[in-house]
Amino acid sequence: MTPARSTRIVLVLYALVVIAILYLPLVSVGFASVSRARYLTFPIADYSFRWYAEALASETVRANTLISLRIAAVVTVVSMVAGFFGALAFARYQWRYRPLFQKLILLPIFFPQAVLGLALLIWFNALGITPSWKTAIVAHLVWIAPIATLIVAIRAYSFDPALEEAARDMGASTFTVLREVTLPLLMPGVVSAGLFAFLLSWGNFPLSLFTTGADATLPEWLYARMVSGYAPLVPTVGMLSVAASFVLLLAGLALHRAFARRRARGPAEE
Amino acid sequence: MERIDRRLGLLFALPVSAILAGAFLAPLLVVAIFSTMPQKVFDFLHWPDFSSYRVILEQGYWRSILWSLGLAFTATALLLVICWPLAYGMARVFGRFTLVLTVLVVMSLFVSENIRLFGWFLTLMKGGLIEGHLRAWFGQGFEGLLFNVPAILFGLVYVYLPFMLFPLAQGIAMVPDDARAAAFDLGASRWQVFTQIELPLAAPGIMVGSLLTFVLSAGAIAEAKLLGGRAVIVIADDIETAFTFAQNWPLGSALSMVLIAVVGTLVILGLRRVDLDAIMGRRR
Repeated sequence: MTPARSTRIVLVLYALVVIAILYLPLVSVGFASVSRARYLTFPIADYSFRWYAEALASETVRANTLISLRIAAVVTVVSMVAGFFGALAFARYQWRYRPLFQKLILLPIFFPQAVLGLALLIWFNALGITPSWKTAIVAHLVWIAPIATLIVAIRAYSFDPALEEAARDMGASTFTVLREVTLPLLMPGVVSAGLFAFLLSWGNFPLSLFTTGADATLPEWLYARMVSGYAPLVPTVGMLSVAASFVLLLAGLALHRAFARRRARGPAEE
Repeated sequence: MERIDRRLGLLFALPVSAILAGAFLAPLLVVAIFSTMPQKVFDFLHWPDFSSYRVILEQGYWRSILWSLGLAFTATALLLVICWPLAYGMARVFGRFTLVLTVLVVMSLFVSENIRLFGWFLTLMKGGLIEGHLRAWFGQGFEGLLFNVPAILFGLVYVYLPFMLFPLAQGIAMVPDDARAAAFDLGASRWQVFTQIELPLAAPGIMVGSLLTFVLSAGAIAEAKLLGGRAVIVIADDIETAFTFAQNWPLGSALSMVLIAVVGTLVILGLRRVDLDAIMGRRR
C-alpha cells in the first residue's frame, strides 16, 4: 500500500521543519560568533571575525583542544577494538550468557550520564586515583564502548555465518578466519563505530564534568564560560568545534563510500 | 562448531565486560555503600545509619525527584507524538530522503549538547534571535522566553529527539506490510489499523525509544541550568550540589540511588519484553 501523494508532501514538509528547528540554535551561535560587539544583541549591527582571531590565538583554547583530542583519540581506538570483539559476542556467537551480556551492554546507555560521572568520581577517590584527562577516558569508555559494540553488532547481524563456516571447513584456523573473513566483513561497521566514538567523545560534556579533575575539555570550558555570564569567545569556539566535527564526519562518510565502491568493484578484478 | 562458538563468545565478551565491570558496576556498588553512611563522611569506614534517606524525605529533596520524573514523563509523551509521524515517514514513505534525514539528525548529535542549548539561549533570550528581530522589525518586543518550566521542557524535547526518533522508526519498520494490508482488506479503518496493528507490532521500538528519552531526561542537568535558569531544581542538580558545594557525599549518593532505582526498575522491566536480536536486524 503506497501512501497518498498529499500525505507524502505533508510528511516531507514536517521533516524539513524539524530539521530546521534542529539546526536553528547553530544559526544563532553562528551569527553571534561574527558579531563585533562584546555584549550580543540581535539583530547584529556590526560583523567582524576578530573573535575568531582571538580564539585561534588563545593558549587556553589550544590546551583544552589538545586535551579533548587526546581523550577522543584513545577512546576511539579502545572502542573500535572492544566493539569489534564485543559485537561478535553480542550478535554472532551463541553462548550461554549472551542474553545477560546484551543487557550489560545496554545498561550504561540507559543511564543518566551526570550520575555516572559522579559515581566514577567517588570510585576514583576510593581507589586513591587523582582525576585527570586519563580518568575521563575511562568515563567516556563506559558510555561509548557499548555504543560502539552496538554499531558493529548491527553489521554483525547482517552477515552470513556460512562464510565463516566455509573457511573453517577448508581448514582455516580460528585466528585465520577472524583475520581473513570476519574482520574484513565487519570493517565498515568498525570504521563507523570509530567515527561515532571520536565524535561522541569530542562533544561529550556530562561525563567529563566530574572526571577530568584539574584538566578541562573543550565542552567543559565552554560550559564554565556560559554559566559565568556571557563571554564573546563562547560562540566562536563553539562554531570552531562544530566545524571540526562536521569536517571529520564528511571525511568519514567519503572514506565509507570509497570502501563501498572498492568492495563493489573488488571481486570482478580478482 | 557449537563448542568453538561458545568459547569465543565468552572470550570476545571479555574486553567490554572488563571495562563495564571496573568502571560501571564497581562504581555503582561504591555509591550504594556510600549512600548508607552518616552525613558528610568521605570514606566508608563508618557504621551505616541510612540517615541520608531520612534527609531526602525530611528536607524536601523528594520534590526535585518528582520534578525530574514529571519533566521526563512529559518530555517522553511529547516526543512520542512529535516523532511518530516523522518515524512513520522514515520507515514507510520517504525512500531515499530517509538517508538524508538520518545523516542530518545524526550530525546534530555530534554537536556538544551544551553548544546547542547555548544556541537556544541566544535564540530565545531577550534581545536574542527571535525577540531582537521582532523588535527591530515591528517595534514590539516581549520579555524573552527563557527561565521557566516550558523552556526546560522544550530543551529536553529538543536534545532527546534523536533518541526517540531512531528506535521508533526501527519499530515501525518491523510492522509487516502484509499485516497492514490484510487489516485494510478485512475492512479496518485507518484508526483501527493504527491502534490494533501498528502500535502493538511497533511496541519494541516504542519501548526502547521511550525508555531512552525518559531515562536520559530524568538525569538531565544542562537544560534546567541553561534554559530554566533554576526555575526548577532537578534531581541531577541536587546531586551535583551535594557532591560539590555541600561536600555531602552520602546525601549525593543516596539521591543518586533513588534515581538509579527508579530508572533501573523501568529499564529492566521494559527491556525484558524486547527481542534485541529482532530490533537490531537479525537475519531470519
